[in-house]
Amino acid sequence: MMLIHCPYCGPRNETEFHYGGQAHVPYPHDPEALSDAEWAQFLFYRENTKGLFRERWVHSVGCRKWFNALRDTVTYEFKAVYPIGAAIPTPEQAEGAGA
Amino acid sequence: MAETTADPIRFSAGPAQLRRSPLEHLAPALATTEHSLGVALREIPFTIQIGLRAAPGSAAHEALAEATGVGLPMRTSEVAGDPGSVAVLWLGPDEFLLIGPEDGQPLLKDLRRGLGDLPGQVVDLSANRTIIAVEGEQARDLLEKGVPVDLHPRSFGPGQAVTTLLGPVPVLLWQTGEQSYRVLPRASFADYTARWLLDAAREHHR
Ligand SMILES: [Zn+2]
Repeated sequence: MMLIHCPYCGPRNETEFHYGGQAHVPYPHDPEALSDAEWAQFLFYRENTKGLFRERWVHSVGCRKWFNALRDTVTYEFKAVYPIGAAIPTPEQAEGAGA
Repeated sequence: MAETTADPIRFSAGPAQLRRSPLEHLAPALATTEHSLGVALREIPFTIQIGLRAAPGSAAHEALAEATGVGLPMRTSEVAGDPGSVAVLWLGPDEFLLIGPEDGQPLLKDLRRGLGDLPGQVVDLSANRTIIAVEGEQARDLLEKGVPVDLHPRSFGPGQAVTTLLGPVPVLLWQTGEQSYRVLPRASFADYTARWLLDAAREHHR
């Protein structure tokens, strides 16, 4: 069973978490101004990265907080976790953190 | 003419006489574990439970910490106070659950007064969860069948509490002594949780 490091609770079993998709997708400043195609792009289109990917997770049955993670989609290895709003760690910084 | 089954005495009694705890119907079954080889189960009903929310470092956090009389826990798995009187469990960085005696209404008033208009929350959640005490030599062994958190003494011990799962049920798990735990499922999950524990405890029965 995989352990995921919650930034608030520390290492906990993966069954306590839920996945929230790609991180850092900004809500459009003026949604009314978007064409249907642009709106669809925002709603439905996401990266499908092979390798390091920034994504959102929530500690659903723990502290119920959302946080961001940098995860390798090939190995499932979490390189870093960081609270919502915190600076995005570079892959080099993440390499040292070893979350 | 339909038969009248209502008991007039029960109707005229106050709310405290009318109330039923979520596991009242299982009390006899839970009591059978009392003389088991290693683990005893019982319900601790009707405690006051108060949800508290305030951002750490804020004036609201300070006010609530003072009003509880035992402070607020600062990090994961910490518990302020003690299970015999008033305890405050850490649920998240800005969310806590106070558990106190049945007659905790004055404390609720104090907390509301303490928070005042500051940005935060004091909510009476007493009916939300019931408490199942799991006690005895085999208590940890039994809980480890369904709890993903490491309960070994090297990483978990008396005076610690976590929000986690017991089988499929989200619960608060609170260790109150070397061989004593309290499991807090939401009221609607209480029956299932208690039956899950009774089943898991069967191997310890005489
Ligand atoms: Zn957490």
